[in-house]
Amino acid sequence: MTSEVDLAGRVVELTRSLAGAGAEAEVVAAHSAEALTRFANSAIHQNVADATTTVSLRLHLDGRTASGSTTVTDADGLRSLVERTVAAARLSPPDPTWPGLTPPTPLPADAGYDEATAAAGPRERANRVRDFVQAAEGLETAGFCRTAYASGAFANTAGHTVHGRSAEAAMDGIARLAGADGVARRAAGRLAELDGATLGAQAAAKARAATSPVELPPGRYEVVLEPTAVADLLDNLATFGFNGKAYAQHQSFAELGAQQFDRSITITDEPLGATLPFDMEGTPRAALLLVEDGVTRAASHDRTSAAEAGAASTGHASAASRSWGPIATNLHLAAGPIANAVPEPSTGPTASSARALVAGMRRGLLITDLWYTRVLDQKSLVITGLTRNGVWLVENGEVTAAVGNLRFTQSYPQALGPGAVLGVGAEAVSLPDRWSGVRYTAPALHLASWNLTGNASG
Amino acid sequence: MSVDHFDEAGAAVQAALDAGARYADARVMLRRTETMSARDGEVEDLSSDESAGLGVRALVGSSWGFYAVPDLSDAAARAAGRRAAEIAAASALVPGPAIDLVPAGAGTASWASPCEIDPLSVPLSTKGDLLVAATAAARDAGADLAEGIYQIWDTRKWFVSSDGHRIDQHIRECGAGITASAYGDGEIQRRSWPSHRGQYGTRGWELVDELALTDNAARMADEARALLTAPLCPSGETTLILGGEQLALQIHESVGHAIELDRILGWEAAFAGTSWLDLSRLGTLRYGSELMNITIDPTIPGALGSFGYDDEGSPATPRDAVRNGIWVGVLAGRDSAAMAGLDYAGSVRSDGWARLPMVRMTNVGLEPGPHTLDEIIAATDDGVLMDINRSWSIDDRRLNFQFGCEIGYEVKNGKRGRMLRNPTYTGIGPKFWQSMDMLSSETVAWGTPNCGKGQPGQVGHTGHPAAPARFTNVRVGVRG
Repeated sequence: MTSEVDLAGRVVELTRSLAGAGAEAEVVAAHSAEALTRFANSAIHQNVADATTTVSLRLHLDGRTASGSTTVTDADGLRSLVERTVAAARLSPPDPTWPGLTPPTPLPADAGYDEATAAAGPRERANRVRDFVQAAEGLETAGFCRTAYASGAFANTAGHTVHGRSAEAAMDGIARLAGADGVARRAAGRLAELDGATLGAQAAAKARAATSPVELPPGRYEVVLEPTAVADLLDNLATFGFNGKAYAQHQSFAELGAQQFDRSITITDEPLGATLPFDMEGTPRAALLLVEDGVTRAASHDRTSAAEAGAASTGHASAASRSWGPIATNLHLAAGPIANAVPEPSTGPTASSARALVAGMRRGLLITDLWYTRVLDQKSLVITGLTRNGVWLVENGEVTAAVGNLRFTQSYPQALGPGAVLGVGAEAVSLPDRWSGVRYTAPALHLASWNLTGNASG
Repeated sequence: MSVDHFDEAGAAVQAALDAGARYADARVMLRRTETMSARDGEVEDLSSDESAGLGVRALVGSSWGFYAVPDLSDAAARAAGRRAAEIAAASALVPGPAIDLVPAGAGTASWASPCEIDPLSVPLSTKGDLLVAATAAARDAGADLAEGIYQIWDTRKWFVSSDGHRIDQHIRECGAGITASAYGDGEIQRRSWPSHRGQYGTRGWELVDELALTDNAARMADEARALLTAPLCPSGETTLILGGEQLALQIHESVGHAIELDRILGWEAAFAGTSWLDLSRLGTLRYGSELMNITIDPTIPGALGSFGYDDEGSPATPRDAVRNGIWVGVLAGRDSAAMAGLDYAGSVRSDGWARLPMVRMTNVGLEPGPHTLDEIIAATDDGVLMDINRSWSIDDRRLNFQFGCEIGYEVKNGKRGRMLRNPTYTGIGPKFWQSMDMLSSETVAWGTPNCGKGQPGQVGHTGHPAAPARFTNVRVGVRG
């Protein structure tokens, strides 16, 4: 029995004793250790680590609900958490949306985690940074190498107790040359899978090819989005489209059973192995088919949004999901069929997943990355943002010129709509979110139209 | 304060020094937060959280290390100090230039933010009744979805450095807001009061009382519904009048982040980005029109970016960032300032004990002008008035921006005309600011409680005094 299981069980018992047998309580005790080695100007300038145990309690008492958390896990801290939460519940207005507790439910088979990644030290991360910097061969570099480990337990007053562990690693870096940036990033379950030298060389190749950009006029362009750009599509589709609360409140484009995407699009959420095997309500995590051959099949739910939508929880409860909605955080866009091999010079700017797609594009843009994307209209998921880390003009299947960054204003579901997807890359790669531990798996995409609404001149 | 944590912070600092650090600092922080959200007249979520821990930073040679633990025992503090020094030593595997620190006025001090009504002492039922009443009023007035939220942060921190700082602070922050949404055919319109995420400050619950959420709820619902049938904002170049709330975010995104010295030095290049500003032009670069006077001022009572001392121990000090349109100042930390050859810091903060202090905005605001909004409208023959932010996006050098607002109005012949839906505008920072030709005196210090920066991610609280202003030849009506 781990200390997290013990902690969660103690808080359940303490809640019973202080709030009475009628209280419904769910407790998550999670220990997380995150370490991130950050570099800029080709030197490590920020190098951080923390190890934190957080106990979270959600309580439903006499028809009223409150939640709380603490990092103070001694006896006084736990008692204070329970007393504070009980008092908050008693003073709260009635909560008619309480979805009840998760009954005892077995977890899926343990996907395991990499102990070496969980135990990785600052020198192991620094060595990968050094390899990245050296592989860029004198170009200015910046980025991070991260390792994270989590061990968590869930227990509730319905007798459901589960425990799990996970570990992950990620590296993300740019190389810079004469105002041009190139990027390479990867996420993995094992730090050993991250090769700083390979990533540094990829980023440098992109930067070298991105210098002396031309400025193109705004307008609709055919595009190939590299996996790093496609990850942004998945992020926004998950946050605003497949979000069960947004769906239940009719704020999402999602219509279950409707052919809303091109037939080449299949999207699943694949949380097992990437995060703890249960959510904040104790619901076991499982793969969730969101889009199948272009047909929207599901939204991601916690117990509250599921009740509102007449569905079952899909294991996507988080501390904020009652307010912001349950969001899938491990989206996987299925790769396309294996394409004919396309020769690519090792020094070229094109990601391997995108090469065959670029070869098939008569005239359009190759876009590496999207940046600062924000919703203009949630229902149609019109997004504005900018390109970043490398854009090129492609003519007759070949990269012919670097292009300056462009602003776009584009409905994401429309860009992926029936007939709008001209090709899907044959290789899906695992990519880290730059802000949090979220992970995406994506191939490149060849899209018929992308609405570019501005350039460096305005 | 009956219990202090200087000893634990001091133990961490000493352990880091003993392990080879030439400078170390540590922060013990205790934070209680409370958040409640309501929807359509019912409380949706209520959370009360407590976090306590210690973060220690060690400088070994010219390399930094940081380690944080939730354990406030003496042994844990010492172990954290040693660990921070070990991490700094690992940083030296990929070394950078020599690091110096500008002076930070070492000493012993204590500071607390102003607070008339302790927000955590206001009964939950009172706070819940407010959100329930406000969202019910919006729903009753025709909103398809009415949402409300309040947030409270109560932070105590004890800072010790090897330069001799012993500073404790108690900062209480809170705020609230409501949003009414109306659903149309394939689109959603929303109106928020008083701001798109609410108004926040380093004040007590009296701030929320002043917002009059319930009194404004029905109007928000009415306007959201009216927007569904309002004409689209026209596309093209025109004269743009921005309300103060929107201008606050414009300042945040296109000035505040651009003058962060860590961005200028390239420390954020891979993520948040760099800046179009070049230090060699500090003091000479024209950022905006003569009307543009931007200050960095963490001393504004009650503004969200106010404090007594930053998280490096530098005392809060007002400075100019832009004077008469010329760029003259930056947001800096002790190490970045020394690297840039500047003699001031004072803008470094962390969002909790577990996060590394870094350059953050404090209160970055626009000094008031000579006009009123009514005078600006009366002086405008043809233009668009926009207010209350709905979306924001800007490039990694803080030049190319596009904003969407909740509501717009036609301005014709000096009068406010028809309501316009989906108003957006876009531009390039310095060109936009140089086009500002009228500025109101009706300043409000808007609070932004969700400024993201750093890896691992940190959420900062910033303030932005702003008043309505007019800009010429702005491209509006950008659509997908």
